[in-house]
Amino acid sequence: MNIIEVDELSRKYGQLVAVDKVSFNVAEGEIYGFLGPNGAGKTTTINMLCTLLSPTGGKAMVNGFDIAKQRSDVRRSIGLVFQEPTLDEYLTAEQNLRFHAYAYKIPKDVRGKRIDELLELVQLSDRRKSAVRTFSGGMKRRLEIARGLLHSPRVLFLDEPTLGLDPQTRHTIWDYIRALRKQSNLTIFLTTHYMDEAENCDRIGIIDRGHIIALDTPDRLKDALGGDVITLKAQNNEAAAAELKEKFGLSPSIQNGMITLSVPQGEKFLPRLVGSFQSPLLSLGVHRPTLDDVFLKLTGRAIREEEGGFKEQMKTMMQAMRMRHGR
Amino acid sequence: MEDVLRGMWVISYRELLRFIQERSRMLSSFAMPLLFLVIFGAGFNRIIGALTPGVDFIQFMYPGIIAMTVLMNSVMSGLSVVWDREFGFLKEILVAPIGRSGIVLGKAAGGAAVAVGQGIVMLILAPFLGVSLTPLLVAQLVPVLIVISVSLSGLGVLVASRMRSQQGFQIIVQIIIFPLIFLSGVFFPVNSVPAWLEVISKLNPLTYGVDTIRQLFLGKEIAAMSAAAGQGKGIIGVTVLGHTMTILEDVLIVVVFGAVMLSLAAWSFSRQE
Repeated sequence: MNIIEVDELSRKYGQLVAVDKVSFNVAEGEIYGFLGPNGAGKTTTINMLCTLLSPTGGKAMVNGFDIAKQRSDVRRSIGLVFQEPTLDEYLTAEQNLRFHAYAYKIPKDVRGKRIDELLELVQLSDRRKSAVRTFSGGMKRRLEIARGLLHSPRVLFLDEPTLGLDPQTRHTIWDYIRALRKQSNLTIFLTTHYMDEAENCDRIGIIDRGHIIALDTPDRLKDALGGDVITLKAQNNEAAAAELKEKFGLSPSIQNGMITLSVPQGEKFLPRLVGSFQSPLLSLGVHRPTLDDVFLKLTGRAIREEEGGFKEQMKTMMQAMRMRHGR
Repeated sequence: MEDVLRGMWVISYRELLRFIQERSRMLSSFAMPLLFLVIFGAGFNRIIGALTPGVDFIQFMYPGIIAMTVLMNSVMSGLSVVWDREFGFLKEILVAPIGRSGIVLGKAAGGAAVAVGQGIVMLILAPFLGVSLTPLLVAQLVPVLIVISVSLSGLGVLVASRMRSQQGFQIIVQIIIFPLIFLSGVFFPVNSVPAWLEVISKLNPLTYGVDTIRQLFLGKEIAAMSAAAGQGKGIIGVTVLGHTMTILEDVLIVVVFGAVMLSLAAWSFSRQE
């Protein structure tokens, strides 16, 4: 059964199309990830599915409810953890949860028990009476996950759940997410721009500039690259690329002064390459394909390049300015 | 409907929780009205003397100060909306299944509860100022204070619904709200001031709120006496186009004003994503 069904969902801001006719389904119990650079449309999509933002086109159903027409029903079916903290820092952990319990109409007889259970799950029981402003970033995020789960939602939305957290805390957060999935038939929908994090998902939608450009399991996405990834750097990259094409019939691409190419069984290919290659090499490496390679292959750009990329920011700024002056 | 009521209750519950935890805000909310009462009251009382037989200036001003305490604290309830937006908590509120009008009503109810509480605390001063306080008067005052503070909280939330920063909100309060409060007859009888000031004051809906409280305090006899003596220039009972407003009419104006403010605030909230 599909718990989320999205059909040609779009969102425009004036001239700018943030999400462009996106369609996908998420099965119940799945961990579904949206992977893409900042500004690709991940948060816009999540905000539409959570009824925080009205779509400008298309349709979506969450837990069988229409996101445009049955907002309250959708809201009761979902739990939310946003990118930025949304806790009342002056209240205690318990008071924050209690507020949520009242707002979502959790029956009186289970309210206290649910709060205890969830504080236990995220290991904050001993801090329940402390004001949230005394918490670390990781503790706040854990409390928000507990809050998102308090009203027993069918789908938990996590927008960049580990953004700005240290590696150890990121690891703990992922332990919770996996434990949750095991315990209940909870569906988890998350966005991320961390490649290693996306590997934890059952299926990943790779989103770029408002479009889903690939959608599959992490393994299949990587397999589609056709084997292992070889990266090499030569004194003259163009000449080396030409030689690769000529001698081995491969199609290498040059990115940031590195040549990358995919070959089946990379370990066996390397000796062949080293034995007969003419162009002088500076470095040579082989690795199992990562989702970064998948993204690179699909878009010609690496996700990491764009993280706070100055050029990209300038471009959107110029676009926004042009839009303003165009009127 | 049920969502709206639950929203109203849960939002106001949190407002109160927050208020209890911020002791400094509790103190500061009394500071200004007290300052006005002491400085103006002590300063002018001797000079001005009795405004009308049996009513000193300070007895005239005291009900105004109570109104002012309630008015200021009600408007400030809007600040919590801006605060929530700045610190992200507004998103948790907006995404809850409680409906936008529930949020607005909850903020207004919470703010009003705080404001009414503070107004009541100010009543402690009554015996020191020679103002008699009866249980009946208190029982009449409370519902009136509630109506006034809900209306003004509506104004506060309306302003806040479009404000992104606390500074922006404070500026609006200073250029719009404070003049409204000062022009509402807290410090002077609006019937006997220069014509231009009289017109502005009588167009100000808050004037009728202040007048309600004053009429309750000073009583019917003084109202009648002062109106007769002054021929439409009495110290209480706002005279509009030759008609002196009764308590009921005063309250009606405040209720209409509040209903308009709350509806505008709910509309303004529901329009934003």
